[in-house]
Amino acid sequence: MGFREPMDVMDYLPEMEHTDPEVLDRIMTLQQTYNPSACTAADVRRALDRDYLTPEDFGALLSPAAEPFLEKIAVKAKHLTRKHFGNAVCMFTPIYTSNYCDNRCVYCGFNHDNLITRAKLTPDEVETEMANIASTGLTEILILTGESREYSDPDYVAMCVATAAKHFSSIGLEIYPLNSNEYQRMHDLGADYVTVFQETYDPVRYAELHRGGNKRIFSYRLNTQERALQGGMRGVAFGTLLGLRADWRKDAFACGVHGYLLQRKYPYAEISYSLPRLRPCSSHEIDDNAVSERNLLQVALAYRLFMPFAGETISTRERPTFRDGVVNICVTKISAGSSVRIGGHSHVKDQGDGQFDLSDHRGVEEVRDALRGLGLQPVFNDYVRTGMRP
Amino acid sequence: MGNDDLVIGNRHFTSRFILGSGKFSLEMTKRVIEEGQVQIATLAVRRTNKNGRENVLDFMPAGITLLPNTSGARSAEEALRIAELARELGCGEMIKIEIVRDSRYLLPDNAETVKAVKLLADNGFQPLPYMMPDLTAAHDMAAAGAAAIMPLGSPIGSNRGLLTRDFIRMMVEGLDIPVIVDAGIGRPSQACEAMEIGCAAVMANTAIATASDVPSMARAFRLAIEAGRTAYLAGPGRILERCGEASSPLTGFLGE
Repeated sequence: MGFREPMDVMDYLPEMEHTDPEVLDRIMTLQQTYNPSACTAADVRRALDRDYLTPEDFGALLSPAAEPFLEKIAVKAKHLTRKHFGNAVCMFTPIYTSNYCDNRCVYCGFNHDNLITRAKLTPDEVETEMANIASTGLTEILILTGESREYSDPDYVAMCVATAAKHFSSIGLEIYPLNSNEYQRMHDLGADYVTVFQETYDPVRYAELHRGGNKRIFSYRLNTQERALQGGMRGVAFGTLLGLRADWRKDAFACGVHGYLLQRKYPYAEISYSLPRLRPCSSHEIDDNAVSERNLLQVALAYRLFMPFAGETISTRERPTFRDGVVNICVTKISAGSSVRIGGHSHVKDQGDGQFDLSDHRGVEEVRDALRGLGLQPVFNDYVRTGMRP
Repeated sequence: MGNDDLVIGNRHFTSRFILGSGKFSLEMTKRVIEEGQVQIATLAVRRTNKNGRENVLDFMPAGITLLPNTSGARSAEEALRIAELARELGCGEMIKIEIVRDSRYLLPDNAETVKAVKLLADNGFQPLPYMMPDLTAAHDMAAAGAAAIMPLGSPIGSNRGLLTRDFIRMMVEGLDIPVIVDAGIGRPSQACEAMEIGCAAVMANTAIATASDVPSMARAFRLAIEAGRTAYLAGPGRILERCGEASSPLTGFLGE
């Protein structure tokens, strides 16, 4: 490929591990045939009546035809959540250790071209931050970096994981995609969960939005969860940034199907879905109000009915009332005491800028009390790490 | 020690209602145990949080026998590591083996569970394996050192009752160790049925946790389990199935 020639977002770069295209191909085929506006009320009723939903049923629940049924769907979703998870809701917090980024995603605050304050925690600062978080009683942590293989290289991430293993029982990674042998390395150090958002499952839209950096390779990103499982991770999380694609329903559909297909291929994999939608941020050129709270709830409910055993996580970008509302119905994991700034848990740094603005600033105590107020059981520990190499 | 104790290994219990603890609020634990007159409660080791917050162990009343489970284990080796952690926490030697390699239905993996029973028994534990009701696998588990067998009635959390009734019945007849129905029991009547066919105990969690009145449902389960046990001991009357009984004996022509 020549310099500055348009590239195919499906072509892997030389250092990227290739994955069997089976899952990607099926997602692409299913989303092509999914036509939300063709779904009828009868399709929605049929989906509501089923014990096990097909991708077509799932599509019906995401369609405009399902909107009048939202309350009914919510009742079933709540029932399924309680059946599979009881009233337990897990609490965790994210830690942003670096906000350097190699990518040029037009909607993101960390965009390489944005003139924000960049920062990266030193090993000592990572230790201080994590010790501070652990002192709140949380035992689950999600390590996030901007997607820079240069500034936060695998050795740096490995240092973060090894430090986290001293303080937490459950460690998740939300960093740039790795090859499976690199996931194996992180797993051996104590990480068990990987989250990567595909952002949008429409390759054409994807190419428009991801204008530079390794992230522009759609196929490599989409196969991240599969590589993570091949590397020994126990669970993988999926997300589509609702609002990036003109028809957000198709992205929600593709994302749901992605988890569904991978679970069928790797039956032991713990699947979970994150529920981000586009929110106002420092710089981008997209309508950030395309997806309403009602729309987002519809997506959360459809995931629950389609994959009743899957986890769901709600972003701190949503306001407390909404978060409490969905956690009462279908969300099984909620962050608390979040800071999206670098060093935000201990003020060890001059706090590099955050990726987005929070809407829920509640600390661990407040979230715990809110859960209890809803009759739910806050869970601080839900994991025994057994997979570490000595 | 009474005449009809539940005996697991060398321990005796008068209650045959085993409570699962993972699905309701921790504050409720004590009341549920009281109302259900429960003596054994399971707990997920993964949910314990020693010296930490919302630790399930802190909510267990004194005198209760804890039956820690290996929830989260996907292999015999992982089950052993979790069991060792349970022992460090002071939960004793009885351990419920749960090995699941299917995140969708949470069905137990019998082959790996047989290995785990052996591994844990060799390490001094009294394993109670959660399993698919398969008599051959159950025999293997018993031979490997299981203290009791815990077949599922139907998929966990499904509240669908004894879908596997006939297979559990075979296990009751064919095994010399207690058979405890572990999952899927949704109503007291189903718990009663399990006891009527000779199960040694019933474990329930979701059915109680999802009730509108949790303590009352615990009490209802206790009564149903007692009723079923009493009926089993009384020897249920015959139920006429397809064939009626002739009023004069069919074999009367045989003379002496």
